[in-house]
Amino acid sequence: MSDVTLRSDTDIPDSMLPEDHDGEVKRHVVEIDSHALNFGPQHPSAHGVLRLVLEMEGEVVARAIPHVGLLHRGTEKLIEYKTYPKALPYFDRLDYVSPMCEEQAFALAVEKLLNIEAPERAKWIRVMFAEITRILNHILNLTSFGLDCGALTPALWGYEEREKLIEFYEAASGARFHANYVRPGGVARDLPAGLEERIADWARTFPRWIDDLESLLTSNRIWKQRTVGIGVFTTEQALAWGFSGPCLRASGVPWDLRRSQPYDNYDKVEFNVPVGRQGDCYDRYLIRVAEMRESVKIINQCLEQIRPGPVKIRDHKITPPPRREMKRSMEALIHHFKLFTEGYHVPPGATYTVTETPKGEFGVYLVADGSNRPYRCKIRPTGFSHLQAIDEMSRRHMLADAVAIIGSLDLVFGEIDR
Amino acid sequence: MADPASIPPVAVPRAVSGPLGAIAFRLSTAVPGIMSAGIEKGELVVRATRHRLLELMTMLRDDPRYACQQVMDICGVDFPERAERFDVVYNLLSVTHNHRIRVIVTTDETSPVPSVHQLWPAATWWERECYDLFGVLFTDQPDLRRILTDYGFEGHPLRKDFPLTGYVELHYDEERRQVVYGPVDLVQDFRNFDFESPWEGILTLPGDEKAHADRQDMKRQG
Repeated sequence: MSDVTLRSDTDIPDSMLPEDHDGEVKRHVVEIDSHALNFGPQHPSAHGVLRLVLEMEGEVVARAIPHVGLLHRGTEKLIEYKTYPKALPYFDRLDYVSPMCEEQAFALAVEKLLNIEAPERAKWIRVMFAEITRILNHILNLTSFGLDCGALTPALWGYEEREKLIEFYEAASGARFHANYVRPGGVARDLPAGLEERIADWARTFPRWIDDLESLLTSNRIWKQRTVGIGVFTTEQALAWGFSGPCLRASGVPWDLRRSQPYDNYDKVEFNVPVGRQGDCYDRYLIRVAEMRESVKIINQCLEQIRPGPVKIRDHKITPPPRREMKRSMEALIHHFKLFTEGYHVPPGATYTVTETPKGEFGVYLVADGSNRPYRCKIRPTGFSHLQAIDEMSRRHMLADAVAIIGSLDLVFGEIDR
Repeated sequence: MADPASIPPVAVPRAVSGPLGAIAFRLSTAVPGIMSAGIEKGELVVRATRHRLLELMTMLRDDPRYACQQVMDICGVDFPERAERFDVVYNLLSVTHNHRIRVIVTTDETSPVPSVHQLWPAATWWERECYDLFGVLFTDQPDLRRILTDYGFEGHPLRKDFPLTGYVELHYDEERRQVVYGPVDLVQDFRNFDFESPWEGILTLPGDEKAHADRQDMKRQG
């Protein structure tokens, strides 16, 4: 003890005083109430506008209550008031990290009700861009997941690689994110000259980038400490909670819609479906890395098999006529005008059409009543079920683990809130 | 609760083929509480009565012939002109058999639908969403709160009689220094175009009924 007394002992509560070892040993019972912690909606590692109310017991999460809907824009209601072609751009804005995969789901649903099929070249373009989108999504997810756990470099490297892919998007559709490219009856327009070679060049170099990413994370001690054994979900749990995509596969279910219920040209490409065993955050990370490698394989197969040909069906009541024709043909002009004002009428019926988006099963339950607008368009977001399970997944974990779990679930609120 | 006598007789599906057709046939003939089961656009659709839903769902989950481990989606559809205006649509998935079964029950604003959250915990949020957007009630659902709309929101926005623009809008009040709700004020009237083309909307021109019927016959015969 020093001789200088800074404060008299009367100011200090008893519980803060050092134990007096000379005299009687004082025992204090300290009661810590569980208290609620508001995580988000402006927290950077909440991946958007998640408001997570965490009931804490000290540093341990006792209960996690997610509040969603802060980004609810009424997409489903808006779609009911739009013609089918005008409803399509809303799908880009749902999961804004993987736009073309969502468009594909809607396009397939409309095609099913119209009873049409996209031409062969369009299907190859769709598959190729769906895989480009998958890589685009996984890069963002894995690197920001790394960022959540303190790894800064993957994010810096990832954005460079994403930029290249976004340029492919731009070359094909004219837009970097909100592509509006995959349309019922095909795709909006053919790939520009030289794009296939550029994609092929990129696909040659990309596996090396994945190796670099893995060298930063996969065997990194800190990364493994943060993710191995965190947020473990068993197969039964994952099934009961409606998991799909990488999260379901990480829990040991070999289920991939591209394989089990193939759409477009997925039945003509060879790829492996990576399956995890532990169902923890590390497995979900490994699955996504492995999926990126498979995606490169699929892209290469698409480039090998794609042949010149039409990219949309010739029925100009559903797809717009070429610009050139419109200048000469009155009929083409009328078709163009009618298509972009009235749209097309879809015969009555209902379909639940699903695609394997990077995050999992993305479904569109489309009810048509024979008019030019969807009667009901239910969007089945992937992250909704995943987020719902966060309470069970993060129970009895530390607060920092909750952040890792959110990162590993790959949540995007554009689609969860719709 | 619907009177069992009022339930229409079981309709045997027309297109019975393949494994899905076999399931449809088995469901429509052997299982109580199913009004019809059939293949629509290649998808198996089962229409069931509300009060036997839980039994049916338990069977679809636990019977190894159906083994629907997952409920992928529950959603509502509003048909205001019907007596029971809402469809509640369950999209079930079996990852072992690789098939999907869609179960549809009907209800109205006041009759609750049994909750399936004890079979699939994932159903809780889907049912909350259905309640939030349509006002469909679910019995035994302990957490029937709104989910997507704002705290304190009134009304059920996906009902067909709910206007697209809603009733209230938010703005920042300078004096109170906070965001407040006010009645919705549209600068321009909401425009809803009728795109029914006179060439396609009216199939039969007045006085042309006979010619139209002939055309339809020719079409049917190919």
